[in-house]
Amino acid sequence: MFKKILLLFFTVSLFSAVYAKDLKVGFVYVGPVGDGGWTYAHDLGRKELEKLPFVKETRYIESVPEGADSTRVITNLAQKGYNLIFTTSFGYMDPTIEVAKKFKDVSFMHCSGYKTSENVGNYFGRMYQARYLSGIIAGGMTKSNIIGYVGAHPIPEVIRGINAFTLGVRSVNPKAVVKVVWTNTWYDPGTERNAAESLLDVGADVLTMHQDTPSTLQAAEKRGKYSIGYNSDMKKYAPNGFLTAPIWNWGVLYKEIATQVSKGTWKPESIWWGLEKKVVDLSPISKKVDKKIIEKVSAERKNIEQGKNKIFTGPIKDQSGKIVVPEGKTMTDAELLSMNFFVEGVQGTIKK
Amino acid sequence: MIEIIIDTTIRAGTPIFFATLGAILMEKSGIINLGIEGLMLIGALSGFFFTYSSGNPYIGFLMAAIVTSLVGTIHGVLTIYLRGNQIVSGLALTMFGTGVTALFGKNMVGETIIGLDRMPVIFLKSIPYLGVLFKQDIIVYFSIVLLILIHLFLHKTSVGLNLRTVGENPYAADNAGINVNMYRFITVFISSGIVGIGGAYLSVSYTPLWIENMTAGRGWIAVALVIFSSWDVRKALLGSYLFGGIAANQLRLQAIGTNISVQLLQMLPYIFTIIVLILSSFRGEKNSSSQPESLGLPYDREDRI
Repeated sequence: MFKKILLLFFTVSLFSAVYAKDLKVGFVYVGPVGDGGWTYAHDLGRKELEKLPFVKETRYIESVPEGADSTRVITNLAQKGYNLIFTTSFGYMDPTIEVAKKFKDVSFMHCSGYKTSENVGNYFGRMYQARYLSGIIAGGMTKSNIIGYVGAHPIPEVIRGINAFTLGVRSVNPKAVVKVVWTNTWYDPGTERNAAESLLDVGADVLTMHQDTPSTLQAAEKRGKYSIGYNSDMKKYAPNGFLTAPIWNWGVLYKEIATQVSKGTWKPESIWWGLEKKVVDLSPISKKVDKKIIEKVSAERKNIEQGKNKIFTGPIKDQSGKIVVPEGKTMTDAELLSMNFFVEGVQGTIKK
Repeated sequence: MIEIIIDTTIRAGTPIFFATLGAILMEKSGIINLGIEGLMLIGALSGFFFTYSSGNPYIGFLMAAIVTSLVGTIHGVLTIYLRGNQIVSGLALTMFGTGVTALFGKNMVGETIIGLDRMPVIFLKSIPYLGVLFKQDIIVYFSIVLLILIHLFLHKTSVGLNLRTVGENPYAADNAGINVNMYRFITVFISSGIVGIGGAYLSVSYTPLWIENMTAGRGWIAVALVIFSSWDVRKALLGSYLFGGIAANQLRLQAIGTNISVQLLQMLPYIFTIIVLILSSFRGEKNSSSQPESLGLPYDREDRI
């Protein structure tokens, strides 16, 4: 009898140990957590993750340069016993794959890349869906029919966002144009503000941006114009003119992956979640936005969540008016990830 | 349109101008400071913090100058009294400034302040085209006053002459009864404060917010501008407006829809710097307004010949 109980006790404890493995989770950030943007949003996700009972410890290393330094940092985390490691910038892709070869029992997740291996998965969010919704709001609010967009670098991720935004704008306001100014920096509040002001000076009355600081919003606020943020709710930077912001909710994704790893069901896949999982979302919409527009946004949101509106579905014309996506066709994920043209309605150039 | 371009140029150039002014003054006394970037960050954070807690941007600027002066004395003590390597100490100061502002600035991220208002000058503000020069905020006017004061100080007063002697030949200065170390130390103290005002201009007036590393390399541009202006504060004004103006107005060209290469425009100021370097090397050693003779060399009385 005693033996049986002991045996039962052992099996249960063994089983439960396997069932919910304790986790030490490491994060590698490209910027400082105080950037109020990209890294800040990831860190909010990390804090969410800490609430899970089987997550014993989380740790982050911030401002890690992409390249050789990141290899060292990731290796260090793996050696210290972190068994789930998130690397949150495109440039960490090869270092992550490289380090993962040496630590087979550690799970790695890389953000915004395209490579996977035995124990490396990657993840990203379909931010373009939220951009599309914010475009509907911008299209509905503009009076001058000129909307300004401050862009960081002409890479597919940013271009995809600009195009989705423009399609959103034009779905309610076919006359509006989206003017793009490139700053060639992710992170320089002074330059971003200049770019924003130059857009205001050519008549833009709604501004949005793909940058890591909120200074575009401040520029719009100062002139009494509307603005749409990015990364996290930026209402406090523009209390009057702020309309909404496409935001990241990394916590949802981090919790899901940690649970999978803890239960042992995790697979090294590519995850590209969207509005349906709330990884990307819109921050609360301003009361200044017309009721009809808000209704339109929630209707489209439903369509996107149910997969009825894939956004990049033909007919889509490029800037010269040439049809690039024929009617009835939808761009594949691979095409979305390598997008390098502007849709009709965007004013700006992509240097090739 | 011309008004807007002039306005953008002034606002983008002013933070760099203060930093360059401080750097030139410091180098006139023989002290190189590669810590300008770090000092600007300290000025930016302290300016933002004190504006935030007092609600008054003028207190912010004042405190930015004081705090940055105090931090600048680290460089002073290390290089003047301990005769440490100025290059190393300056680089360390930049890293220190970046780190310490990130640490203490954490709670300031996401806070907002009401920035500095503009102060149009009556009558002058309505001059066509150039009226915009008189619609700036008080710190911009102050930068011009400071330029004139420093220029007069260096070239028209005996104390200014002493200071330049300390930078050119500290041994001769010492023989003439000038307290070399004290001159250098006070100069480092004051000019650090001037650099700090430049940093505060970014966080209090230009983009009223604090985020880490918000100077984004402007301190290094100031270091380059010292050479560009061949240690002449008047040319520093020209250089700062040139650098700031091109960086800011190339964005405007994009917005209008021109097709000039952005990268080419961004290169222009740096090309000018190289040209100036080449030209000044042709002029040879005779040019008295160029680099101070004992720049970067620690002074030790016992080395006197």
